[in-house]
Amino acid sequence: MTWIAEHLWLIPILPLAAAGITALTKQAYRRFASSLAIWAMFGALVLSCMAFVSTLGRPTSAANLHEVHNFDWFQIGETTLRLGWVLDPLTAIMLVMVSFVSLLIFIYSVGYMAHDENYTRFFCFLSLFAAAMLGLIISNNLLLLFICWELVGLASYLLIGFWYHKPSAVAAAKKAFITTRIGDVVFFLGILWLYSQAGTLLFYDHGNGCLEKSLLTELVGRTTVGGMAVTTGIGLLIFCGAIGKSGQVPLHVWLPDAMEGPTPVSALIHAATMVAAGVFLMARVFPILDPNSIGVTGSAAALTVVTWVGVITAVFAACIAVAQTDIKRILAYSTVSQLGFMMMGLGVGGVAVGMFHLITHAFFKALLFLGAGSVIHGCHEEQDVRRMGGLRKWMPVTFATYAIGMMALSGVPIFFSGFWSKDEILHAAHGWHVSHAPFYLGIFGALLTAFYMTRQVCYVFFGKYRGESHEQRSALQEKSELVTHSAHSASDPHESPRVMIWPLIILATFAVVLGFIGTPAWPWFQNYLMGKKAVLNFGELVQPDVVSVLLMSTAVVIVGIGLGGWLYGLKSVNSADELDVLERVRPDIYILLKNKFYVNEFYEATIIRFNAWWAEFCDTLDYWVWNGIVLAISYSILGLSWVNRIFDENVINLGFDEGCRELRQGGRLLSLLQNGRVQNYLRIIGIALVVLILALIWGCRAS
Amino acid sequence: MNSLPILSILTIVPLIGAVMLIGLDSQSKRLARGLGLAFSLAGLALAAWLWKAFDGNSPDLQFVERHAWIPSIGAEYFVGVDGLGLLMVLLTALVTPIAMLASWRIEDKPQIYFSMMLLLQAGLFGTFTALNFFHWFIFWELSLVPAFFLIKLWGGPNRSAAATQFFVYTMVGSVAMLLSFLAIYWAVGTFDFIQLAEKGHNGDLASILNVKLGWYNLSRNQLPLIIFAGIFLGFAVKVPLIPFHTWLPMTYAEAPTGTTMMLTGVMSKMGVYGFIRILMPLFPEQMRMILTPLLWLAVATIVFSACAAFAQKDLKRVFAYSSINHLGYCMLGIFAFVKFTGSEPPWSTEKAAVLNGVMLQMFNHGLTAPILFCFIGFLEQRSGGLRGLDQFGGLRKVAPVFCGLMGVSIFASLGLPGLNGFIGEFLIFKGAFPLVTWATALSVIGLLVTAIFLLTVIQRVFNGPLNGKWASLADLSWRERLIVLPATALMFLVGIYPQLLIGKINTTVMQMVDQLKF
Repeated sequence: MTWIAEHLWLIPILPLAAAGITALTKQAYRRFASSLAIWAMFGALVLSCMAFVSTLGRPTSAANLHEVHNFDWFQIGETTLRLGWVLDPLTAIMLVMVSFVSLLIFIYSVGYMAHDENYTRFFCFLSLFAAAMLGLIISNNLLLLFICWELVGLASYLLIGFWYHKPSAVAAAKKAFITTRIGDVVFFLGILWLYSQAGTLLFYDHGNGCLEKSLLTELVGRTTVGGMAVTTGIGLLIFCGAIGKSGQVPLHVWLPDAMEGPTPVSALIHAATMVAAGVFLMARVFPILDPNSIGVTGSAAALTVVTWVGVITAVFAACIAVAQTDIKRILAYSTVSQLGFMMMGLGVGGVAVGMFHLITHAFFKALLFLGAGSVIHGCHEEQDVRRMGGLRKWMPVTFATYAIGMMALSGVPIFFSGFWSKDEILHAAHGWHVSHAPFYLGIFGALLTAFYMTRQVCYVFFGKYRGESHEQRSALQEKSELVTHSAHSASDPHESPRVMIWPLIILATFAVVLGFIGTPAWPWFQNYLMGKKAVLNFGELVQPDVVSVLLMSTAVVIVGIGLGGWLYGLKSVNSADELDVLERVRPDIYILLKNKFYVNEFYEATIIRFNAWWAEFCDTLDYWVWNGIVLAISYSILGLSWVNRIFDENVINLGFDEGCRELRQGGRLLSLLQNGRVQNYLRIIGIALVVLILALIWGCRAS
Repeated sequence: MNSLPILSILTIVPLIGAVMLIGLDSQSKRLARGLGLAFSLAGLALAAWLWKAFDGNSPDLQFVERHAWIPSIGAEYFVGVDGLGLLMVLLTALVTPIAMLASWRIEDKPQIYFSMMLLLQAGLFGTFTALNFFHWFIFWELSLVPAFFLIKLWGGPNRSAAATQFFVYTMVGSVAMLLSFLAIYWAVGTFDFIQLAEKGHNGDLASILNVKLGWYNLSRNQLPLIIFAGIFLGFAVKVPLIPFHTWLPMTYAEAPTGTTMMLTGVMSKMGVYGFIRILMPLFPEQMRMILTPLLWLAVATIVFSACAAFAQKDLKRVFAYSSINHLGYCMLGIFAFVKFTGSEPPWSTEKAAVLNGVMLQMFNHGLTAPILFCFIGFLEQRSGGLRGLDQFGGLRKVAPVFCGLMGVSIFASLGLPGLNGFIGEFLIFKGAFPLVTWATALSVIGLLVTAIFLLTVIQRVFNGPLNGKWASLADLSWRERLIVLPATALMFLVGIYPQLLIGKINTTVMQMVDQLKF
């Protein structure tokens, strides 16, 4: 075992320590907080690279693909719950991606958050997020993964609601946490089920882990209700967690709202890394979804579900993105759509296909979000694309890098990574034996992607600037509580500071070059994940099925970009209040898309209303029924005793009283003890207590 | 074994304190508070020593003291602790000083208030260490009396009604329990928990009851079931299990902060403790007979209370219902634990997990819930008694430390991994899932709804625009921080390293698992 595999825990611990220290740091130590976070992240990146390098030189056999280190956490009866970490290509590539993107975004945040009063807290939360995310990646136990998964959710909650004085941000944070928790509790059930079936939650444990052959062979044989294989059931429950976290339909509603958080957060958590955790989870437990992938014959029915959910999400979200006007929301729906593509890729083509798109997407989506942040920063917190325009003149670097990101996302051929990774997915969908529909829907999704990205770029960077004049804005700013960037003197948009520009340039470079590690001619990435060596073979590119898909996706991209350019680029938009081109042609469809198919409204009217009603019902039940029964019983007892008293006083006592006049004197004395003064009660209890203790001691002696 | 009667000393120390305090005159308030705290800290020190000296690898009762007392009625002074008793003693010892510190500002007869708190602590120590019904019951009732006075004299506007309701309710349960125990004594001739448990395990108890009592031609099953029901009622009220819970929200809301902390932190554990120590060993068969309705009750407790919490507008009531919800998981775990599974080995891991989980949950809830009420107490002090969910807003701006620390407790209560709440819930669910799948699956709804109402509290109270009324609200003072910080640290510690507690209880749990299979 290599040194780094033994000490893999250091990678999440570094940012965790940074988070812990900054949590205890006073707000005033701003520079200290950000430097600490960045250096810790840098350390994590160095270690991640070491881990990555160590997996490169590994002997090429599937048996020692996974280096694990397990340890005891606590006892349960005669068994022990063990946790651990694993180093394999999947972990290594994710580690490098997450720590690299995080580092860049940390650096970018120094500029973006420079004026925020809670700057120190921001870096604390960011570090906490990075620690949880890195922990999630290295964990070798589904429970540990779940623990980190929840912590990632916490960090996301804290960061979305970072501007806590904004009610919309707070509501979005709560919505995100609860929506993902719906998926999480089902995921939790999946964990429980797996634990009870397999007896362990360790992924790899020298042949005894739940993802390894011997145990899985045992599991696939068992069936549950309706003849469904147990592994399928478990896989589907786990997938529900991924649906929540990765914003798949129908739990996607939180992700666009999460854009209320600061832009670096949107880039890091809600585009590049956290939302991809669901895809990563699916890749991690892939043998459960498809036992055949490790040579165990079994049902892969769960994968069909994964594919369909992915396809539906990809197209559904892409449609919505077409009609959005908030720069971050367009990107958010694009993220949902791309996550759908990843799920689909995972479903039709296996781990490598989904993961490849995950990695390339992380870079270009982080780039796009940071670019959007730069635009927002430059336009003085304006987020509506209709109020931008012509920005390429003022923000050349942002424009150039944003264009690269846009082309990578649209899948412009040959030179951009998105092309190759999306092509992989489409190719796999083409060959999917279950149905051809995902392929055609995927093509349609790709077309929409190219279209809405072109629309966005035309709105933002071309045409003329449609923003408000300086006077209007300052009037507006006085009203709003956002104080982050109120101090700009010029009303024109401006380029962002260097600390924000450099991360853009680096990410743009990667958005280009990453594509070449997974082309059909040199499928290094795909082989690396399986522990094999890749061979360069240009012949692969001209295989008929490869070529046909390549050409088709190229055509689609050209059509998408052409259409977008024709509608939005040729005749530039003149004023912010002008109707969208699509709205003029088909207002009905545009309104439907603009309102996101009314999913939020639907939930509002059904689930949320039901929940509120149900809570009221429980409260009422408590107050009237349970309490009512108790009251009824006690009143009936009171009534009985009242009747009894009347009977006593008027019938029995009349005769009795006469004979007991003498006793009354004694009674009066006793009644002093019952005069209703609580202090006296207490005193008597005290005395009684002493007597009791004496009696106790006496009792011990006597016997 | 140590010859020092450590458990008796543990119980007597707060008693002495209580008697000393009650004799103080009402002018020396500082002395009263100081003495009260000193005695409760002495209790903590003793409990800590006990914790250290306890051998976690031995399944036997430890620190046993046994003296004949009134042999003619089977009353014997018999104390000792196993892992469960130890954990509860530690919890009591931890919560009492914190509750006292939280009650520091009580100006009205503090000497009596602190005396009552010590008396309550003594009652609790006695309850958790007694192994003979006779004096166990005395302590059980003894803890009720000070709680009644604490609510009645220092509570909120509706304190009289709340105190009466609390007292009558618990008293009814206690009377039912006493009657059942008298019946058992009549038939078996002993009050000794250990002997009774042995008879319960091998099924003798039911037949003895039938032979000796044979009332009203009740069938073989009915008679033990009736006796079981009496004891069940006593504990179900205390926990509480829906529908025996209606005393709780009002009591928790009206009681002074320190008392609520004791009520939710430790007194609610008396019920769960009773289930594990008495009901489960004595009447496993009877519990199995009505397992399905019991499980329904547990699920109803979990789901209804969580939903009812969501509908509350008063912060104290929100957390009161949340408290019912958390103890519902303990009930679910206990009922899953008694499910008959034969003696096949695979289930013993599940059952060990469940019971470990229940005990951890008892401890964790006992730690988190009082701290939450403590925070609400701090808030009430600042707001002049206001504690409505909608009466605040944006407090993070003026009181970041308060919001941060209370946030930690809220997330612990929500069951966030890394904090204490998660482990207990995970173990209960892990063990209960294969044993009683449907009930467990329904209970996760509780986990979800808990998140909803707790985040709503954060949203309405901490976040949003600052409510102008509280613009000068003071953040936590150093003294207040010192009250909550040790508990907060413990939340992290238990969450990250649960072996700390499990190491002491696991052997006891395994023994209980062993005893239950027949």
